[in-house]
Amino acid sequence: MDFPDELKYTEEHEWVLVEDEIATVGITDFAQDQLGDVVFVELPEVGDQLETGKPLGVVESVKAVSDVYAPVSGEVVEVNSDLPDEPEMLNTSPYDDGWMIKIKLDDPGEVEDLMDAAAYQEFIEQD
Amino acid sequence: MKKTVLNQVHRDAGARMVEFGGWDMPVQYSGVLAEHMAVREAAGLFDVSHMGEIEVSGPQAFAFLQYATINDVSALSDGQVQYTALCYPSGGVVDDLTLYRFAADSYLLCVNAANTDKDFDWLQQLLKETDYVELQLINRSSEYAQLALQGPKAEKILAELTDSDLSSIKYYWFAEGDVVGVATIISRTGYTGEDGFELYCPAKDGVKLWQALMVAGGPYGLLPTGLGARDTLRLEKAYALYGHEITADILPLEARLAWITKLNKGEFVGSQALIAAKEGGLKRKLIGLKLTEPGVPRENYPVFCDGLEVGYVTSGTLSPCLKQGIALALVEADCADGEQPLQIGIRKRQVGTERVRPPFV
Repeated sequence: MDFPDELKYTEEHEWVLVEDEIATVGITDFAQDQLGDVVFVELPEVGDQLETGKPLGVVESVKAVSDVYAPVSGEVVEVNSDLPDEPEMLNTSPYDDGWMIKIKLDDPGEVEDLMDAAAYQEFIEQD
Repeated sequence: MKKTVLNQVHRDAGARMVEFGGWDMPVQYSGVLAEHMAVREAAGLFDVSHMGEIEVSGPQAFAFLQYATINDVSALSDGQVQYTALCYPSGGVVDDLTLYRFAADSYLLCVNAANTDKDFDWLQQLLKETDYVELQLINRSSEYAQLALQGPKAEKILAELTDSDLSSIKYYWFAEGDVVGVATIISRTGYTGEDGFELYCPAKDGVKLWQALMVAGGPYGLLPTGLGARDTLRLEKAYALYGHEITADILPLEARLAWITKLNKGEFVGSQALIAAKEGGLKRKLIGLKLTEPGVPRENYPVFCDGLEVGYVTSGTLSPCLKQGIALALVEADCADGEQPLQIGIRKRQVGTERVRPPFV
């Protein structure tokens, strides 16, 4: 399983990539593997205001419904509009084609609270 | 948790294991969608050894089963299988099952894993309450392993391993034969809507039979298949699942099972309640719904008509073949056949549907 070093991670298995106060968000390789075949994705709309820890959307596999939580607070500035039509990208390319949304950070300092790759890997091994 | 004889084989194959009805069972190996399509297009092999087997034999076995089950046992010949159910006097369902007739005085009931003990106790209780004495009731569940080989390539794969004339075994018939040296009940039945076989063998031979089938099936595209695909496959064909479409609180007449409910065969357990319910008019009906928008309907989601809640989803999934949400829903009878559109509540949305006369695929 792959956990790129340049990303930050949450205990709810989201990843965050921060570039110029914009956070790109998706679910981790571990999350997609646990879910199995993803068949449906529900995303927020551009302009929605997200709050850390609150659901931002839903990912459904054949067997299960999972909420996806906002890893940081801020305004949604872009959503991956290809994803609802091709939800399997969450399985095949969780860190690239399977990105979910971009958030304009309210507080760039919030990112410091998230785990780095090594800490996340340790977290899922313990879990 | 109980384990089938194939537990280690599944783990070695990388299966994801889950608890199901008290059993540690494989839910998927390569992935539900791939396994589903393998069964529709080639073949899949399921370990269904968790299912229960109850023997009923003796001079009064026929009369007792005719009283205990809702289908007409007199319609069966030796070597034939019947889909049927046990009902309570209320008309609600104890369990659905397949009934095998070996001889006029020898039958085997194949029942749901989680219900095996409940069914056996229920049958024993019925025996005590009635005058049937010349028969034996034996729970043989632990003696059998059961494998379901399902899909259009099933006959070709099995033919590589047996001399039995498979083409002579018709749908819902069975034969006893030798498969790679294993004494096997070869039953042309299944729960996927595809051609295929359910193979009953001595528990000690389950691993040998599984491995021989996997090797023989490789060139045909056979995949090991788990409970995840088993559920999506049966739902596309609108087959009822105990605990969902059939429960102690749902009549078989409401659950699209009138075709196995033989109200004119004479008295049986539940017959009075079922006849009364039919004469009084059924209040609920199980129907098929297909989403007209993206989404995945799931068990217990509400069904709406004109803004009013008129029922609920008993089973739902995304159909791997249709790539659309499909559901079986138990709704008020007035809404079942009408023209008024029905919606399924998914989180905060009411998602549009169209009625589908099952099966979906």
